[in-house]
Amino acid sequence: MNELVFFINKVVIAGSVIGSIYALGAIGVTLIFGILRFAHFAHGDMMTVGAGLSLVVAVLLAEAGVSTPLPIGFVAMPIAMVLTALLAIGLDRTFYKPLRDAGVRPVVLVMASVGIMLMMQGLVRLLAGSSTRSFFFSERKDIFRIDLPFLEARRSLVITEPQVLLIAFTVVAVVALHFFLTRTRHGKAMRAMSDNADLARITGINTEQVVWMTWIIGGGLAAAGGTLLSLDVTFKPDLSFNIILPIFAAAIVGGIGRPYGAIAGGFLVGFTETLAIFNWSILLRPFDALFPAWLEVPANLAFVPTEYKITIPFFILVAVLVWRPTGLFKGRVL
Amino acid sequence: MSLLAATNLHAGYGGMNILDGVDIAIDAGEIGVIVGPNGAGKSTTLKALFGLLKISEGSVVLNGVDITNAPPDSLVSHGMSFVPQEKNVFLTLSVHENLEMGAFIRRDDYSHLLDHVYDIFEPLKAKRNQPAGELSGGQRQMVAIGRAMMTEPRLLLLDEPTAGLSPLFMSEIFDRIIAINATGVGILMVEQNAKQALKIAHRGFVLASGQNRFTDTGQALLDDPEVARSFLGG
Repeated sequence: MNELVFFINKVVIAGSVIGSIYALGAIGVTLIFGILRFAHFAHGDMMTVGAGLSLVVAVLLAEAGVSTPLPIGFVAMPIAMVLTALLAIGLDRTFYKPLRDAGVRPVVLVMASVGIMLMMQGLVRLLAGSSTRSFFFSERKDIFRIDLPFLEARRSLVITEPQVLLIAFTVVAVVALHFFLTRTRHGKAMRAMSDNADLARITGINTEQVVWMTWIIGGGLAAAGGTLLSLDVTFKPDLSFNIILPIFAAAIVGGIGRPYGAIAGGFLVGFTETLAIFNWSILLRPFDALFPAWLEVPANLAFVPTEYKITIPFFILVAVLVWRPTGLFKGRVL
Repeated sequence: MSLLAATNLHAGYGGMNILDGVDIAIDAGEIGVIVGPNGAGKSTTLKALFGLLKISEGSVVLNGVDITNAPPDSLVSHGMSFVPQEKNVFLTLSVHENLEMGAFIRRDDYSHLLDHVYDIFEPLKAKRNQPAGELSGGQRQMVAIGRAMMTEPRLLLLDEPTAGLSPLFMSEIFDRIIAINATGVGILMVEQNAKQALKIAHRGFVLASGQNRFTDTGQALLDDPEVARSFLGG
């Protein structure tokens, strides 16, 4: 039984955690691609900036003597989401919109987003330094140990408070996004513009308004993803540079331009990663007696060593592009 | 007063004029049909009227308001709707959502209009929750026209509404266009099926090389032996 608990801790919980982060980022990437037709490479750093803003707000709140039952970084997060959404709109007005109005090709916008990515990375390092910082500067990180009601289970399920908040937030965000896209006038307009931008304009849909909403949702969710990831581990300036590739893999796996695909893709990439680095010999060891004598279960039986985890999204990305370029949910072909 | 009066239109792509002095005028509640050989500038005329193409010379007056080179989204609120020839429905949205998007600029209750569209395009009623991409060509055309009707336009521009449809669907679409016109909506359409279209037209415009070759009532054009010989295949 202990092995099963170990599996749940190492794969189910860890996979849900990283899958949620990827999904929150990939929704933004896929929406921006659907509406504005370019791969927004600065999205990862929008997550870092969002997390950084949460940290600043959290420190300010703590200094003001605010104390909350929830982690203070989580309380600060909504403010950071608003600020990041404003930042995203500001970046669009300053950089992307003039390029769009000049009628440039999508690749120019992609290059502009790489420039903004580097710029934001530089700014974060300039303002926050290059060291890691914990969100738990004034409080303790709550860790829940849940004992399973099984006889021999001596290990307990371990999940931290930020992880619970992350998974809960992702569920709420996904449900809210679903209602927005299918039930509201502006959400439907967003889907319409993603489907056929020319027709949307002819129909009289305010396309500029849709662009604003895309940045608000994309920026807000990026800030949330960045903050929740930083709460789970720590805030570091290169936080999202490492997750931008899995996020793009998730968006492409799900079918580019498809928000539900991005969610599914996020969890698919997240779980594939955790399954690939999981040490399977732990699950096989109890059955050691069943194997022939000459076959010994090795001590380490992972598909990929942990330090090569980043190869998994690469592999998924290439495999999808070769065998199913439209992704699981029949998105656009890049 | 005429509903739409376009005078001496000059427009084109990249400095090359395709329209070289086109005149279009229709009165409220009329059906106008633009016919002519390939490359005559029929579709270009509609695009220029709807602000999708810069007009370099000439003027467009809708209902007494000068709308020359006004952006398409403002024209929708001026009472003009446009149904392009291709890619004219939101494929991933349901039939009902397509119609709702047509009413995007409206902030009032438009449920009576939805009923009206479903009355005219009866086959759509049963498919209201299906994605428009799953419909047949004829039904998609109905969604496209229905979408354009949701703003209660005074003038509906249709670019080859029967292109690629079987003869059966073609006459069905023509019947529906007559039904829409009967409610007082002015219609200006480009058609390949010139004879059939001129039969239902109050005004006909035969374009060639970006200019009006003949302009008359639909019936007069059909009766004109010269029009018949050079443009209607005898």
